[in-house]
Amino acid sequence: MKLSELLQEDLDIEIETNRLKRRDFIKLTGASLGGLFVFFRTGSFDLLAADQKRTLPTDYNAFLRIDEDGEVTCFTGKIEMGQGVITSLAQMLADELDVAFESVKMVMGDTDLCPYDAGTWGSLSVRVFGPSLLAAAAEAKSVLISLAAEKLGTTTDQLYAQGGVISVKGEKGLFVTYGQLTKGNRIEKLLDNQSKPKDFSEYKIMGKSIIRTDATEKVRGKALYAGDYRLPGMLYAKILRPPSHGASFVSADTSAVRNIEEVMLVEDGEFIAVLHKDPEQAEKAIRLIKAAYTFQEKKVDEKTIFDFLLNSETEERVVNEKGDIKNGRIASKEVFESTFYNSYVAHSPIETHTAVAYLEEDKIIAIVSTQSPFGVQDMIARELDLPLEKVRIITPFVGGAFGGKAPAQQALEAARLAKLTGKPVMVHWTREEEFFNDTFRPAAVIKLSSGMDDQANISLWDYKVYFAGSRGSDTVYDVADQRTASFSAKNVHPFSVGAWRAPGNNTNTFARESQIDIMAAKAGMDPLEFRLKNLKDERMIGVLKAVAELFGWKPAKFPSGRGYGIACGLDAGSYVAHMAEVKVDQKTGFVEVVRVACAQDMGFCVNPHGAKMQMDGCIMMGLGYALSEEVEFTGGDIKTANFGTYQIPQFSWLPIIETVILDKKEAMQAGGEPAIICMGGLIANAIFDATGARLFQLPMTPKRILEALSKV
Amino acid sequence: MEKIIQFELNGNQVQMPLNQDQSLLWALRTHFNLTGTKYGCGLGFCGACTVLMDNEPVRSCTIYMADVEGKKITTIEGLAPADQLHPIQQAFVDHDAMQCGYCTPGMIMNAYGLLLKNPSPSRKLIIEGMNNNYCRCGAHSQIVDAVESVSNEAKLNQIK
Repeated sequence: MKLSELLQEDLDIEIETNRLKRRDFIKLTGASLGGLFVFFRTGSFDLLAADQKRTLPTDYNAFLRIDEDGEVTCFTGKIEMGQGVITSLAQMLADELDVAFESVKMVMGDTDLCPYDAGTWGSLSVRVFGPSLLAAAAEAKSVLISLAAEKLGTTTDQLYAQGGVISVKGEKGLFVTYGQLTKGNRIEKLLDNQSKPKDFSEYKIMGKSIIRTDATEKVRGKALYAGDYRLPGMLYAKILRPPSHGASFVSADTSAVRNIEEVMLVEDGEFIAVLHKDPEQAEKAIRLIKAAYTFQEKKVDEKTIFDFLLNSETEERVVNEKGDIKNGRIASKEVFESTFYNSYVAHSPIETHTAVAYLEEDKIIAIVSTQSPFGVQDMIARELDLPLEKVRIITPFVGGAFGGKAPAQQALEAARLAKLTGKPVMVHWTREEEFFNDTFRPAAVIKLSSGMDDQANISLWDYKVYFAGSRGSDTVYDVADQRTASFSAKNVHPFSVGAWRAPGNNTNTFARESQIDIMAAKAGMDPLEFRLKNLKDERMIGVLKAVAELFGWKPAKFPSGRGYGIACGLDAGSYVAHMAEVKVDQKTGFVEVVRVACAQDMGFCVNPHGAKMQMDGCIMMGLGYALSEEVEFTGGDIKTANFGTYQIPQFSWLPIIETVILDKKEAMQAGGEPAIICMGGLIANAIFDATGARLFQLPMTPKRILEALSKV
Repeated sequence: MEKIIQFELNGNQVQMPLNQDQSLLWALRTHFNLTGTKYGCGLGFCGACTVLMDNEPVRSCTIYMADVEGKKITTIEGLAPADQLHPIQQAFVDHDAMQCGYCTPGMIMNAYGLLLKNPSPSRKLIIEGMNNNYCRCGAHSQIVDAVESVSNEAKLNQIK
C-alpha cells in the first residue's frame, strides 16, 4: 500500500473515532509547511489498555517535525507537571536523531497542535510513549540519510549523522545539514519500524543527567500556569457548590447578589455562579446566596468506613491464582491472618485545579491545569454539545497533579461560563474547593492469610484486596499455593475517588511488606534474609541487595530496637527496595524518620538526575500517607478543608535520602511513581523494629502508634 | 472600599486605587500582573504566596492592601533584573531545586528573607526557616541544598 493510502486509511479511522478531523490534520501538516514529518503511534496499545482499563483509539499519538532551519519539534499530548518529561523526552529525541539536545523544542498538551493522547499518568510517558518516539526519530534519521546520499552523490553506508549534520566518512568538508535537506521539501513518512533505534550502549544524551529545561522560567516566576493567564475583560467565577456530596439542590435565593456593583450572576438551572474581576469579591458574593438542599443519610465516617466497605456487595476479580490455597494451608506450620487498612488520602497539589476559558468566534479555547487535555476536550464537547473541533485545550505548566488532575471539572465550569457570558472566565479553585472536589485515594481493606512451613518458606498466600485496586497486588514472593483477588463495587464511597500516585500499589505494598515482616519476625529471621530466601525474581533480589549495601544493613532478629525498616515492590515495570531508620517517641507516638535509602531498577534510565529526584519526591510524599494524611468526613461532608487539618510533609520531616539506580541496558520503565509504593510498609516495619508495635492502619498517626504500643 | 494606596513595588513607587480589603496576593496578580506570586491555600499555611514586605517574608494571601500603604514589597519578579538571575535563583537552577515549580517563587522569596536576616544559617536553621513553605512534589532535599549553597558570608553582598 502506498504511503498516501496508508495515511488515508488512518485518517478514515480517525474520522470514525471522531478524534482528529481531516481538516485539522491537513492544517497541522499544511502544504505550506516544509520539513520532514514522521507520524507515529505508541507501540503497545495492549499495555496501555490493560494499565488504564480503557480502550484507546488507534490514531496517531504524536509526531515530530524537523524545520527548515534544523530545529526539531516534538508535538505530544503528554504534559509537564513536575515529573520532568519535558526534559527526558527531548533527550530521547535528540539522541536518536543525532541532533543537539538544545535544538529540540517540546510542544505539549495542546489539542489543536498535538495528536491524541490518553493522558499523562500510569508512568507511561517514557516506558510506552518513549520507544515510539525513539522509533520515529530513527525513521526520520534514515530518511535524512537517504536524502543526503542523493544530494552528496554517495551511498547511505558512507554517511554518518552527528549534531544535525550528515557527513561523508573520511571526507572532510563533504556534508549537509538536516535543515538543508528539509528545506523546500515536504516529505511525509509513515512510521513502519524499518529503522531500528540505536542500541542502549550507543546513546550519548540519554543516560546523562540533564537539569530540567524549565528551571530558569520557574525560578523567575515566569513559567505560566493556568491561573497566570491574563485576558482582556477576564472575570473570576465562583460556583455555588453543595455543602455535602450527594446533596440534592432544591432552590436558591440569589437576590442578595443581584445588585452588587460589578458582580455578574449566572443562573443556568442548578448551575449558579457569580463572576467578578477580583476572585475575592466573587468569593464574597457567592457566600451571599442562600441555597436549600436535601441531604442523603450520612452513613459513614472515617472510622466506620472500613466495616461499611467490607459489608458492601462487591464483585470479585481473581488477579492471580497458582497451585491450591487449600494445599498451602495444609503445608503451613503456621498461618498468619492480618487485616490492613488505609484511609482516604487527598492529592493536594500546591496548584489547585484551575482553568481559563474564552470564545474565539464559536470556538471554546480553554487553558487548563490537567493531566488529560484530550479527556477534557471530550468532556467539554460532550457537555456543551459542541463538535470536538470547536473545543481547544491548551495545557501550560501544571503545578503538581499526582493523578488528581486527570479529572478537570474546573475546565468544564470555565468553558460553560465563557459560553454563557461571552467573557473570558477564570475558575481558580480555592484550597477548600480542592479538598471538597478531590478524587481521593480510596479507603481500602486488605485481608491476608499467609503461611510458613518449618523451613521459613512461604507456603500460603491468600490475598484479598477491597477497594484499593489490583495494581501492586502481585505476590512478588515465590509461593507455590497462592491466590490474589480484588473486590470492588460501584458507587460505594460517599464521594469521588480516583487514581493517586501509583494507584492501589501503596496500599497493596503496605499490606504485603508488613505481612512479610510479621512472618520473618515469627521465624526469628532477619527480614532481608527472609525476603531473599523467599524470592526468585532476580531483579527484586538485585534491588534488595543494592539497597542493603547503600544503607549498610546489618542482619538482626527483629525487633532489634534499632528502628530499621525494609520493604520492596514492583510498580509499572520498575523494581524498588527501600530501607529506613526511624526513631519513635514512645510517650507521644511521634515518629522521626532519620534516613531512607532506595534502590531502583527501572531498566535503562534516560535522565539519572531527574529519575533520582522523582525517587526523592516519592519518598517525601510517601511519608505523608504513611504518617499523617487522612481525609476526615461524615457521609458526604468533607471535614478536611485546608492544610490546617491535613498535614502534608514539611522540611522538618526531611530524612537523609540516599538513592541508587541500577545500571541496566534494558527496556525503559517507570520513574515517577515506583519509589512511593514502599513508604507505608517501610515505615511500619521500622516502627516495629524500634518498638515491637505493629501498625495495621495507614496513616500511622501518633494516636495509632500509642494504641499499638499499648498492645506490645 | 477603594482607596488610593501608595507603596513601593519591586523598587518602583506605585499609586493605585485599590480595594482596601483585597489581599496583597490578588492585588499583585490581578492589578499588577505579577503572577509569579502564587495562590496555594489562602490562609497562610503553604507559603506559595510569599513575598517580602519591608524585607520580611510575609504570606501575601493574609495581608490586606490597607496594610501595604507605605510599605516596600518585593516579589519574585523584583529579585533580579530581567536578564539576570539572583544568586538564590541561580542556586535553585543549579540544584534543580523544584519539580512542578509552583511553590518555587514562594520558596525563593522565603529563603531570601531568611538569608537577609541571617546570611549564614546552618542546615538545621534553613530547615526550620523553610518549614512552613510546602512542596508537594518533594523537592525538599534539593531546596535545602540550594539555600545552603548561598548561605555564606562571601555571597551576602551579592544577595543584598
